[in-house]
Amino acid sequence: MADDLGASPDVVQLRFRSDEPVDHAAVTVDAAIEQSNATAVRIEPGDDARLLLPVLERLALIEINFPAFTDGRGYSAARILREAGYKGELRAVGDFGVDQLSHLVRCGFDSFAPDRRLDEADACRALATWAHVYQPAADRIMSGRRTIAELRHDG
Amino acid sequence: MRIITGNDLRTGAVVWWTGSGWSRFVDDAIDAGDAAEEIMAREEAARRVNVPYVCEASRDAQGHVRPAHIKDRVRALGPTVRRDLAVPTAARTGWDWVI
Amino acid sequence: MYRYDHYDQAMVEARVAEFRDQTRRRLEGKLTEEQFKPLRLMNGLYLQLHAYMLRVAIPYGTLSSRQLEMLATIADKYDRGYGHFTTRQNIQFNWIRLEDAPDALADLATVEMHAIQTSGNCIRNISCDHFAGAAADEIADPRPYAELLRQWSSFHPEFSYLPRKFKIAVIASERDRAAMRLHDIGIRLVTRGGALGAQFYVGGGMGRTPMIAPLIRDFVPIDQFITYAEAVLRVYNRYGRRDNKYKARIKILVHELGAEAFRREVEAEFAHLIEVGVEPPRAELERIKAHFADPPFAEGPTTIDAGDPAFARWVERNTHAHRHPAYVSAIISLKPAGDIPGDASAAQMRLVAELARQYSFDEVRVMHTQNLLLPHVAKADLPALWQALARAGLASANIDTIEDIIACPGLDYCSLANARSIPLAQRLSERFAASGRSAVLGELKLKISGCINACGHHHAGHIGILGVDKKGRENYQLSLGGSEAEDVSLARITGPGFDEDGVIAAVEKATEVYLAERKEGERFLDTYRRIGMEPFKEAIYGG
Repeated sequence: MADDLGASPDVVQLRFRSDEPVDHAAVTVDAAIEQSNATAVRIEPGDDARLLLPVLERLALIEINFPAFTDGRGYSAARILREAGYKGELRAVGDFGVDQLSHLVRCGFDSFAPDRRLDEADACRALATWAHVYQPAADRIMSGRRTIAELRHDG
Repeated sequence: MRIITGNDLRTGAVVWWTGSGWSRFVDDAIDAGDAAEEIMAREEAARRVNVPYVCEASRDAQGHVRPAHIKDRVRALGPTVRRDLAVPTAARTGWDWVI
Repeated sequence: MYRYDHYDQAMVEARVAEFRDQTRRRLEGKLTEEQFKPLRLMNGLYLQLHAYMLRVAIPYGTLSSRQLEMLATIADKYDRGYGHFTTRQNIQFNWIRLEDAPDALADLATVEMHAIQTSGNCIRNISCDHFAGAAADEIADPRPYAELLRQWSSFHPEFSYLPRKFKIAVIASERDRAAMRLHDIGIRLVTRGGALGAQFYVGGGMGRTPMIAPLIRDFVPIDQFITYAEAVLRVYNRYGRRDNKYKARIKILVHELGAEAFRREVEAEFAHLIEVGVEPPRAELERIKAHFADPPFAEGPTTIDAGDPAFARWVERNTHAHRHPAYVSAIISLKPAGDIPGDASAAQMRLVAELARQYSFDEVRVMHTQNLLLPHVAKADLPALWQALARAGLASANIDTIEDIIACPGLDYCSLANARSIPLAQRLSERFAASGRSAVLGELKLKISGCINACGHHHAGHIGILGVDKKGRENYQLSLGGSEAEDVSLARITGPGFDEDGVIAAVEKATEVYLAERKEGERFLDTYRRIGMEPFKEAIYGG
């Protein structure tokens, strides 16, 4: 059953990490909590990401699935995991395109396995769209990115 | 008759399938019959029309193509409250045609 | 008013570039309509009945003369010479070409304007009391808080694909002039023990399931209110229903969980987010506040010499008390009898811009009632202003009367509508103006929606009209007793619907019942609340 889940590193199109990609079948959230040797998990839109907080230490890969790009629950799940201190790979999987990339990165995703391969030039352009940001998100936790308001007042 | 309508992708203008292309005038619409779905798929894929759909219509006594639903008749002529902005055929059909 | 710094300007320009690129990819076939639609909607671009429609944001309803002039330019250059002001203080252009939309947005950006998040399942333009900064009864100017919310909600990475749209209103007085409790979040600024804070009402809305927002928190310290809003949004994004778009608004979540359980969820998330630290620095609020400093008010006469009876009627109906005794706020009615509610031509926009420059410190407001407003007019200037408006046909003295009808675009423009709203509004305003009845009837808020989505606020009308489709014909349901103000209530349907002539006759009968039954000082709404539905039903359907 567990073999059905998880995107293989081969289908990861973009990855912003220097460590080795995890090649380990991902299991469901319930299974990840129960199996003390599980290191990779897949979160579906209806799953509560907070159930994973007690076992975050042993997880090296968390995949968050987007069955439809218009379902934004995965953005909250990602931020919650980064706010809880998760440092491992956070992979977006499923139906998203270049126009969702910059928000996904801001919410803490650092690897991407889209259903449809992204045009590389379009993806680069999309990632460079926002020189600044109005509100803090996971990018502050991960890279210390400061908001416009902070730049205005801290120089 | 089953006529096909949609909007021009670039401009948004209301258009009707004429059998060989798209017209601004509902009177140019033809009965697409069973070919409608195939025509819509082809034309949308070629980006010659946006969000096409089929609507029922009939040809009235004066020979005008009259969509069955009021919404499509408003689309055919333009806003009833800004007759100065109507598509030119409104002069032929008259506004009572809409209601 | 608020002015962009180089950061704000860069953000808006980045958005224009992004949308230009997205439009290119759509036209080249790299994006399907299904993929493009949410993106264009987040830039205010709809595909309506006749064409693409562009909704431009007017943050908290505030415009400078230069901005209003740019709206006139957009109307002339890319549209057909007019625009339509909406119930959320925005403006819509009905005939924009997709291939022109990026250029129109680039022009808007030159005057610090945009169409960001005026549609789509995201946090929409923040609305506000239209008298903000001028009203005698406010405890604080709500605009700086609305601006802080604007910045926080713009391009929010977590909340751009919500279950459904999300609307926030901010007010700062006991009087509610922004339909605050009919929003997803309604914020009222309050003071407790001398400290300023925000009262949060969550889960109001109109649409097919109208609900009045319950109070979720009575007092959020003002230096935590963005964090509280973030907590509400996160709870909604995670738990709001996505299985049925008609049950996806936050009001359904609040209703199904119950206000108490919803509050516990929000409070837990709030406690967590306080630890994370998402509130903007305090200095940012102070910086924004400085933009809203008073204009240089001058002393002057504190009374108005209303010799001319027509001028006196206009002063009586169309001006509002200002906190400076030598000033008033003056409302420009966009409801001349028989005209299209909320529409303004490019020439009218330019005239209002010029009058604002001359008489109101360069400032114009858009009201949720689809009128315009000059917030700061010296009493001494009122006669000259009135004369200039009268010359242009913009001095209808009918604010809050039965002629001041809110109407959605309806089936004349909107692809969702079932019936036309505008012709009905035109006939009603014409009839009541001609009979001279509207002045006798006093405050009577009539609101018309062309479909169940309720953009015309019919649930909140003293008299509400809802257009429905009855076997392919337009049909209208009448309802009575709604209010969007501090005495908020939802209207009740009188009974079976009518055709256009029938609903006009029914409205007339309802007003006759009021005139026969009213007691001294009662508005239509008060009389209805006192005597109930029955006498109205009897007059409308009986005999």
